[in-house]
Amino acid sequence: MEQILNRLKQKIEIKSVINKRADLYFITIKKEHIELVLSHLKQQENFTHLAFLQAVDYIEDDKFQLTYMLYNYDIKVNLGIKVFIDRDKSEMTSIHKLWPHAWQYQRELKELFGIDFPGSPRVDESFVLEGWEEIPPMRRDFDTLAYSVKTFYQRPGRTTNDPKRYMKEKLYKNFAKSPESGRNDE
Amino acid sequence: MSRISKNKYDNFKADRSKFPQMENGKAIIDLDSHKFTKLWQGPQHPGVTGNMAVELTISGDEIVQAKTHVGYLHRGFEKLLERRKYIQCFTIVCRICVPEPDTNEYCYSTAVEELAGIEIPEKAKWIRTLNMEMSRLASFLMWLGGQAGSLGMGAIGQWTVGMRDFWLDLFEEMTGGRIYHMYMIPGGVRKDLPEGFIMRAKHLVVETRKLLFDIEKSFFNNAIIKSRLKCLGIITPEMVDEYGIVGPNARASGKEYDVRMNNPYLKYPELDIKMITSMGGDAFTRAEVRYQEIHQTLDLISQILDKIPEKGEIQAKIPNVVNWKIPTGETYVKAESTRGEHGFYVVSDGTKYPRRVYNRGASYTQAISVLEKLAVNTSISDLAGLMVSLHTCPPEIER
Amino acid sequence: MNKKDINNIEKEMKLANEGLSEKERTLFSDARPTPVKPLNKYLEKFLNWARAESLWILAFGTGCGAIELRPLMTSRFDMFRYGIAPRPTPRQASVFVIGGYASIKTIKRIVRSYEQMQGPKFVIALGSCTINGGMYYDSYYTINRIDHYIPVDIYVAGCMPRPEALIAGFNKLKMQIKAGKCDGMNKYAENFDWYKENQKRVIKDWNMPDYNW
Repeated sequence: MEQILNRLKQKIEIKSVINKRADLYFITIKKEHIELVLSHLKQQENFTHLAFLQAVDYIEDDKFQLTYMLYNYDIKVNLGIKVFIDRDKSEMTSIHKLWPHAWQYQRELKELFGIDFPGSPRVDESFVLEGWEEIPPMRRDFDTLAYSVKTFYQRPGRTTNDPKRYMKEKLYKNFAKSPESGRNDE
Repeated sequence: MSRISKNKYDNFKADRSKFPQMENGKAIIDLDSHKFTKLWQGPQHPGVTGNMAVELTISGDEIVQAKTHVGYLHRGFEKLLERRKYIQCFTIVCRICVPEPDTNEYCYSTAVEELAGIEIPEKAKWIRTLNMEMSRLASFLMWLGGQAGSLGMGAIGQWTVGMRDFWLDLFEEMTGGRIYHMYMIPGGVRKDLPEGFIMRAKHLVVETRKLLFDIEKSFFNNAIIKSRLKCLGIITPEMVDEYGIVGPNARASGKEYDVRMNNPYLKYPELDIKMITSMGGDAFTRAEVRYQEIHQTLDLISQILDKIPEKGEIQAKIPNVVNWKIPTGETYVKAESTRGEHGFYVVSDGTKYPRRVYNRGASYTQAISVLEKLAVNTSISDLAGLMVSLHTCPPEIER
Repeated sequence: MNKKDINNIEKEMKLANEGLSEKERTLFSDARPTPVKPLNKYLEKFLNWARAESLWILAFGTGCGAIELRPLMTSRFDMFRYGIAPRPTPRQASVFVIGGYASIKTIKRIVRSYEQMQGPKFVIALGSCTINGGMYYDSYYTINRIDHYIPVDIYVAGCMPRPEALIAGFNKLKMQIKAGKCDGMNKYAENFDWYKENQKRVIKDWNMPDYNW
């Protein structure tokens, strides 16, 4: 694995390498290099299995993190490649030419995060949402509870209790008097 | 390999060189020409697996184009998990996959343990292994009934789902729930095995083996089943890489990939386990591979029951779960479900709530890209059998 | 009343079918559903007995509740003993089992299947998520109360309800039908506008006829 990363370092700049487990590595690279890195890893280093492609929303940094998880059947190692893209003009190169099933992930990301992949087949079709008019729901600024309250009918009677206070009041009335009352769980 | 070269439809295949007309490798489909019909299989249809739909364009009874539509079971899990504390999440992750919920529980709790740096006790590991194998068995039995039922053989479904129910009884003893167990919490398992459980489980292993003997005679040595499943939906070894096919579907095409052996987790390194692969890649080979895996699973269960320690801790010490903050980091934990690699990608940002939890289900590609490719040039009546032979499970596609 | 008013009233009593295009609108009927009055006492009693003893359920697994229908159908619990059988098409079915949470995409198909079913029809809703949203109460894509969209006769609580609970639910439904209390279809016809308004509030791309299929 070290050799593979060294060979990769000769080609492009790797920002960080995290070794999470013996069979799991994460590297961070620049957005422009993604096609080069993926095709190099697939064709030269035998990372032939694309496990998934997903996004994480870092709204406070105004960034989306894309994670490409690859797997090598020979050395049995997972390699996650992280890329940061802008949140406002979220656009990314499509990788459907390397893996034919990548269009599915790209369609999902377009629908649930609003990240565009120009040139990806069927990227504009609907995946799970039908007749959706709000902002893409997986973005962190979309409030799902507020939307649910606004759109669907709540059945009255559902209350939210603070479990600690509820248990003190209802279940363990004598809890405060017990010798353990002084303990601090916070 | 001879099976791959010969297609079942070769003998009576219509001349497709002129119709439908091809352009850039795609068929020109003009519905107004009245040569094609649009047909929806699902969502309200007995021949689909779960609540999903396949939009078919047919000419005669031959499928020219297929498109999978999912989203009927979308609950927005990943959004809901972002709103819940780490301990609240574990009650909801098991709902992602209905026939086999324990893989979700294992992957999620292991990911949280890894991020928090918790090592779970030995006995908890054994119980988790047992639980995973039992859920694999229950899911396989359900699949076997579905595969036979999709070809019109209802008796097998009556047997296997009935037998699965007795395994669910064991689950109920062990965890308290029949379908959703919520058993593996971060830090270990919720409860110890009940008294006499091992004896009853061993008895049931014997009973299941007896049933499998009957099934082998009536299902696998059956002329109709063979003629319908052989050469149906052939997955070539090249397709496995291209489409990210995993699990028994890949192993039936000769790909040696089983997470339990490639990246061993829990107690699998201590068990006697062998990779089951086969060449052929058609629906019948996939059924055979799965059938052998049922035997393998039964074998593993009896091994685990022999080796499981009688006494021991079942839970590691975890902090107060209400205010449990997980250090910043991310990890990907995978396990072998009946459909293949099942993984959880958990990202933590140092707060009480996970930043992102992504669930990778094996059906995600197998039910969409692969099914759309394999369904072309089969007949409508074979589609149900093809879908079940890919073991599609819609809830893990759309989550 | 002059003729103009009568024409206006007649127009109001018809469904607009606004989701359809001009061409399609001629293909579908625009009549509203009307409540059905029970026949005379003894005949209705006999009919109710007949209805209760042959419940044909629609084979539409709308949610995870479908997983417990399979043990119910097969050898261990064997619902055929109770005269319950699955049917593949809504036209032949009389009971609609809503298996748990219904996403927006599914509720569209549920409404369609329900309206296609022939009366008298009954609805059983499984799981906590059909009652008040259950653990998906804050989800942006699953509805919270199924009884705002179609009338429900019996709720079976649990997540998932066990097959025994389902059998108990079916028996309760039988008792209710025999007592002549299951008039969900009439409720739907009487409060048709309210149900339609609720449905259209959730289903944003309404491209189907309003009632008649």
